Amino acid sequence: MIEQIPYLAVILIAGIGIATILLKKNLIKMIMGLAIIEGAANLFLVTLGYREGGIAPIFTSAPGKEMVLPTVQAMTLTNIVIGFATTALLLAFAIMIYRKYGSVETNNIRRLRE
Amino acid sequence: MSQYAALLLAIPLIAAFAMPLFGLIGKKIRNSWAILTMLATVAAALILVWEVLTQGTIIYAFGAVDPSLTIPFDSGGVPIRILFVIDAMSAFMILTAAIMMFAATLYSISSESEQTGQDGYYALLFLLMAGIFGMVSTGDLFNFFVFLEINSLAGAALAAYRIKGGVAVEGGLKYAFISTVSGLFFLIAVGMLYGQYNSLNIAYIASVIDFTGLSLVAVVLMIVSLAMKSGSVPMHFWTPDTYSSAPSSITALLIVSSMASLYAIFRIAFSLFGLTMNVVTVGWVIIILGILSMFIGVSMALPQKDVKRLMAYHSVSQIGYMLVGLGVGLAVLGDQQMLAQFGVVAMEGGIFHIINYALYKGLLFLIAGAVIYRCGTANLNELGGLGHSMKWTMGFFIIAALAIAGIPPFNGFASKLMIYESVFVFNPFIAVIAMVVSIMTLASFVKVFHSMFMGPKLPQYETVKEVPMPMLIGMGLLAVLIILFGLFPDLVVNTLVEPAALALIDRSGYITSVMGGI
Amino acid sequence: MDFTATLVTGTGFWNPIIWILAFLITFIVAYLIWRSGVSTYQKGTEQVKPYLSGNAEPDKNAVHIRGGNLYWGFTEGLKGYYSRLIPLHTGDLNDYMLWYFGVVIAVFALVVIFL
Repeated sequence: MIEQIPYLAVILIAGIGIATILLKKNLIKMIMGLAIIEGAANLFLVTLGYREGGIAPIFTSAPGKEMVLPTVQAMTLTNIVIGFATTALLLAFAIMIYRKYGSVETNNIRRLRE
Repeated sequence: MSQYAALLLAIPLIAAFAMPLFGLIGKKIRNSWAILTMLATVAAALILVWEVLTQGTIIYAFGAVDPSLTIPFDSGGVPIRILFVIDAMSAFMILTAAIMMFAATLYSISSESEQTGQDGYYALLFLLMAGIFGMVSTGDLFNFFVFLEINSLAGAALAAYRIKGGVAVEGGLKYAFISTVSGLFFLIAVGMLYGQYNSLNIAYIASVIDFTGLSLVAVVLMIVSLAMKSGSVPMHFWTPDTYSSAPSSITALLIVSSMASLYAIFRIAFSLFGLTMNVVTVGWVIIILGILSMFIGVSMALPQKDVKRLMAYHSVSQIGYMLVGLGVGLAVLGDQQMLAQFGVVAMEGGIFHIINYALYKGLLFLIAGAVIYRCGTANLNELGGLGHSMKWTMGFFIIAALAIAGIPPFNGFASKLMIYESVFVFNPFIAVIAMVVSIMTLASFVKVFHSMFMGPKLPQYETVKEVPMPMLIGMGLLAVLIILFGLFPDLVVNTLVEPAALALIDRSGYITSVMGGI
Repeated sequence: MDFTATLVTGTGFWNPIIWILAFLITFIVAYLIWRSGVSTYQKGTEQVKPYLSGNAEPDKNAVHIRGGNLYWGFTEGLKGYYSRLIPLHTGDLNDYMLWYFGVVIAVFALVVIFL
């Protein structure tokens, strides 16, 4: 049971993120929701990488036990960096839109439609 | 062993990050550097395609002693390195991307010559291309996600690059947002597969896959996310917004990146899951998305007033053809007799349509860009009479418009014919819809042709003249290719398309190429 | 190169060369008919001006039929369809995301039902 808790947390966090994206009209809040989903994805990946009784793959004076392949940890790090880049880009767009449109509400960011 | 797979990524990446440095020296040098590296990338891509077509699938393991060494000796039979697996289908996509890169870069040299911030523009353009080349050639799911994000970030930044009073930023924002969401859910799906099979390599997962409930969630998330990224109805709303507000040369490249997402749908459906999942249901899901895209896309295009927005809705509609063609192939994958009777032809039609679509849709957007470049407006209610002054552009437009409407002898007809005839055997209803959509496509391009080029020479466009030579060369290359592909469709189908379709069907061949003879 | 090669599509075939030959023949016939027509047309004279029953020619901008006017009847006839379809394209980012999650759920339901 205890090992299922991280997965429940993933679903909960992702749910909060999705709800934020769908319900909030403010662009900054939507970007926050996106960052929350990204946190859920990172937590999910790290949880997958946990292996019972495995040790970290550091070879210096390591005990001769089973080591864990650190693929998901590497994936998580990459995703954090990518998430940083996307969030920065989206926030930059939000600033630009606020300057030009005078609002960051999605109701008002719809000059392109039909 | 071939090093061109690595060069295909290395050249655009080096070119992109060196671009601001060359920009410091001077404008001419920066432009020459852009053209030089673009030519080098295209050359590497063409050589790679040639090698794949003559020698079969090419594997490139990054960081290995020998690039063909996919499975290290001490890894216990699991490929742990990042692999590039370039089979005939990937080669086909690389060729498409390379042609479009050539045309769009040449075109940009002129069309952007008056603008500011060109260093960043070309740097992002090369990053976008690196992302596309990576997406279509990687054999690793997480690596695919990374290239997807590189592609999305560069694409969104480029779409918003000319702010245009905030409208372009709006388009870029929408593109960035939907790309990020689809990328994140793709990543979660990749995590689900890693949790079950402890690997990220497509071929390894395919070799050990045991289709569970979690894999089902993963396949739905992957297909729907990538379908949104490729702009299929009912997740197409960003397409007209972004395509109409981005610079035209960038729109031509965004089309290629949507093709790369489309490629990924089929790589995942055919090579990763294949017959382990219920192909009939998933095939029908893709066919339904395709029919909706075809019809809603074209019917939204008819009443549009902005020329680029109209063309963007057509790209939604054309994506429907590819989804239908390949979806029919997927739906009959389990039935050898039906597959041989019409499934392979439907897939060939769908794949052939990818390159045809990229050519004529890219050309159409470049033409729209040329008109905007000279007249400063994209509104069909204001344009008129340009046929008197922009004769070459009008000629290219006629070629592209007839090709997209499926009028013989242009290339669109050949691929549409293959789709009609094979899909008619599968389900006549779908084929009839496809033909009606084709007629409506012709109707809306008659509208564009009439309101842009026909009519008397209007006084406000008295001074308009033909666009500069590099833009014409970029457009002319695409026009020539459209005519050649239309005149010799059998040659293209036999050398490029058929191997690609067979490579998609041959799942065990894909696995064997990476895992060795297991 | 084999110019008789045709694209076989399973139930039919397509040969652009034959098509172009047929097109050329039709074109030549049409050209011959056109040539045997009136030959008194001369450029640079009164003949090239638009004839509007003696009225003065209106402004060029007034003559050209604009793109927005084309297919008015089509969209008017299908008003019931278009009045539902066009409002769907709201341009609102929340709606775009709602469609995405809706389609995920719908496809998931489809795939589970027809497993």
